[in-house]
Amino acid sequence: MSEFLEIAERIVGWADSGEQVEAVVVHERETEVRAYEGEVESLTVAESSGVGIRVIRDGRQGFAYAGTLDPDALVEVMREARDNLGFATPDEHCSLAEPDGVAPVGMDLYREALLDLPIDAKVQMALDLERITRSSDSRISGVESAEYSDSVSFSAVATTTGIRSISSETGCFLSAYALAEQDGETQTGFGFSLGRQPGDLDVEAAAADAAERSTRMLGAVKPPSGRMTVVFDPWVSAQFLGIVGGTLSGEAVQKGRSLFADRLGEDVASSILTLVDDPTDPAAYTATETDGEGLATRRNVLLADGRLERFVHNSETARRAGTTSTGSAVRGYSSTPGVGVRAVAVVPGVRSPTDLISGIRDGLLVQGVSGLHSGVNTVSGDFSTGAEGLRIRDGELAEPVREFTVASTIQKMLTDVTAIGDDLQWLPMRAAGVTLVIGELTVSGV
Amino acid sequence: MVKVTDMTDMTGGDAVILDPQVLLDTLGVAMATGGEFAEVFVEDRRSISALLDDRRIEELTSGRDRGAGIRVVVGETTGFAHTADLSPAGLRAAATAASAAARSGGSGVRVVALDSMSGPASAVVEILPSDVPKARKVALLERADDAARSRDGAITQVTARYADSQRRIQIANSDGLLTGDRQIRTLFSVSCVASGDSGLQTGRESVGHTIGFELFDRVDVEELAGRAAGRALTKLGAVPAPSGEMPVVVGPGGGGVLFHEACGHGLEADLIAKAASVFAGRRGEVVAAPMVSLVDDGTMVGEWGRYAIDDEGRPAQHNVLIRDGVLTDFMWDRLRARKEGRESSGNGRRQSYRHLPMVRMTNTYLEAGDDDPAEILAGTERGVYVAQLGGGQVNTATGDFVFGMTEAYLIEDGRLTAPIRDGNLIGNGPAALLDIDAIAGDFAMGSPGTCGKDGQGVPVGDGTPTLRVARLTVGGTAA
Repeated sequence: MSEFLEIAERIVGWADSGEQVEAVVVHERETEVRAYEGEVESLTVAESSGVGIRVIRDGRQGFAYAGTLDPDALVEVMREARDNLGFATPDEHCSLAEPDGVAPVGMDLYREALLDLPIDAKVQMALDLERITRSSDSRISGVESAEYSDSVSFSAVATTTGIRSISSETGCFLSAYALAEQDGETQTGFGFSLGRQPGDLDVEAAAADAAERSTRMLGAVKPPSGRMTVVFDPWVSAQFLGIVGGTLSGEAVQKGRSLFADRLGEDVASSILTLVDDPTDPAAYTATETDGEGLATRRNVLLADGRLERFVHNSETARRAGTTSTGSAVRGYSSTPGVGVRAVAVVPGVRSPTDLISGIRDGLLVQGVSGLHSGVNTVSGDFSTGAEGLRIRDGELAEPVREFTVASTIQKMLTDVTAIGDDLQWLPMRAAGVTLVIGELTVSGV
Repeated sequence: MVKVTDMTDMTGGDAVILDPQVLLDTLGVAMATGGEFAEVFVEDRRSISALLDDRRIEELTSGRDRGAGIRVVVGETTGFAHTADLSPAGLRAAATAASAAARSGGSGVRVVALDSMSGPASAVVEILPSDVPKARKVALLERADDAARSRDGAITQVTARYADSQRRIQIANSDGLLTGDRQIRTLFSVSCVASGDSGLQTGRESVGHTIGFELFDRVDVEELAGRAAGRALTKLGAVPAPSGEMPVVVGPGGGGVLFHEACGHGLEADLIAKAASVFAGRRGEVVAAPMVSLVDDGTMVGEWGRYAIDDEGRPAQHNVLIRDGVLTDFMWDRLRARKEGRESSGNGRRQSYRHLPMVRMTNTYLEAGDDDPAEILAGTERGVYVAQLGGGQVNTATGDFVFGMTEAYLIEDGRLTAPIRDGNLIGNGPAALLDIDAIAGDFAMGSPGTCGKDGQGVPVGDGTPTLRVARLTVGGTAA
């Protein structure tokens, strides 16, 4: 691991006087096993590395990257980054992060147990997942994909301003995508399980989820259009909360692309909604000790009882806003630091999803959404997504429904949150999910 | 020592990255413990992107990615390994890993001889982007920014991006194939934010082709920026989109995404083989209205999804998917074609050497029809006219698909009236294809796109004339 920091430090040592230099070095080892009809369909083993170099001089930034740590390539990347800065517009706020005295929270995100797992055991998990999913219900006609994947990643950041950071993380993931068939109709559903080491994974639970989600959609019809109470399950709410978190980036605010730009301190959401971005919560799959500039990550309260508390910043947007970085620089080696949330979660409620649903006379439970990239405009706030799920009638889950959209605006949806479940669940994305009841959304169906 | 040949002065032809003997040796290692098939895919990609945002040239980025992906097929199993280390030792290690991953089964060791194929020549590029000074690329951004802002004071933010890439690939496999290609892409996009009493609105335009810097002899960046700004400004007066089923007219060049989602993905042979597509087993059947003829064509000169050979070394082809409403064929990669005892259709693509190839679209388009666009509109009493689509998604197993509208208008009494706010439309592929009731003659290609599948993004193009779907569900909020 320290070898990656050494490479980053060596690059930083090439700085000329008057230059700021930052080097980001990443290294990742991955395994992916796909099972299909009792056989291994594919097995991928891979190691990849990359380096990104930023050079700043007189408020101008240049950047270059390469997908290798080959010594010749490092020299070329440095030369390109230096050359590129000459074309940037000078900016007084353009500068590298500086150590801010905040110590990273140690979270034990790197588990040797994953490294010790033999490849045969990984293959077996994928095969088991496929077999169990297939045999869990007579209506399961196939498993489009059953996959085990894991990664071991290292990243190091060094700068001429004194930043030295290293982080290492392990992660593993099971996912199954089931096909259910009845009377010539096919429906789909997925299930997954994730963790940092093999012992965290639950093959049966992933298989059962995939089977349940696909079979319960059989016989789905198109619902009528109209306004109604909609319940988002955790998988769906996490996707929306991730998008909401994205609108609270300091960069979006400063560049006039956030619908919440001038609303700091105002009530922008239902008073039952408290939203926190906390990459220092080890339960989050996306937890990390340091951000893309090498600063410690930290817990940031975004909404408190519905009131907009803060935007998140990297060091540059913080400087521009006259504040300090919230440790929210996000990047890979192939890009300069952006700003973003990493691990957003709503403070959960005390009622179970079943209990929440029991209070709804006529509504919809949404278990899947599609077209979030094309149907959500994070600048205007308009959103409209494809959806599938189950009708709620007299407090009970009823017939499945599909081929409809749910629509509102982000602004209105946040104020329309009427209840929050107790089922907080971390997912393989930048947000945790929880059952959310939205008092009114427009459903477009027949 | 590996011979790495620098080909930046080339204007076409094969792209040599590694010496054929090195490839041959690597294949030997990959097949050392048996297997039906082995392949070495070598890639060397250089890219430049420049970003203007908030009135500043924020950054110019240079990127370099180079490496090899090696796969070995044993029985039903594909073993895959990739490496950024192109030295003989690095390649040998990756080949050994791929071979082990494929669970060495048989004992027969095959001897491979490589036959350098004179495949189709790489696209001819007039001005290699790498020969153009960076300053000229950056200057385009400033012109676009000025043009967008001068359009109206309500334009409060402009983002402009320039990007070019040169991707050289080289493929050798155990069938003796040795081939390569050089793929040049140049892209320019402008996004604007307009601010008014109704809040913020956005407008975007992009142009991208598999050509060099001569793109800017054909495309006026000021005009492009003006269109992006105009789109945002128009939407300041937009009304909420309607909600429910109604006729949808899609303008020329705008509808490609509809076909990409409504049936394109469902015609990919890997999904067909797994019965994960509503079109499985339907070859030879009527799947669309009789005037629908749909083509996927990787040979369209200059288009965003164009290449000489696919990422398995197969020449790109003109593949008719639907002819006069009848499903004629699916799209194939090597693995699926081999199982069916047929040739690949040249649709085996991968995002990079770090990925396994799979069946992907190239440039997918609907052939022009006979209707008059003005009459299509006039014949639509109430509905929605979509001038620009913004991406989509499909569940191929159910056929349900969505696509976004980023410039659209209400149709009332056969005329375009108010602009409407962004939203998605939803439909079911097989039903939507049969519900197409008019296709005009005004064919146009759409904007460059990136198609995502299983986490891999590849560049694709699409095109349509004006067309009408008698019934789709518009997902707005208006009663």
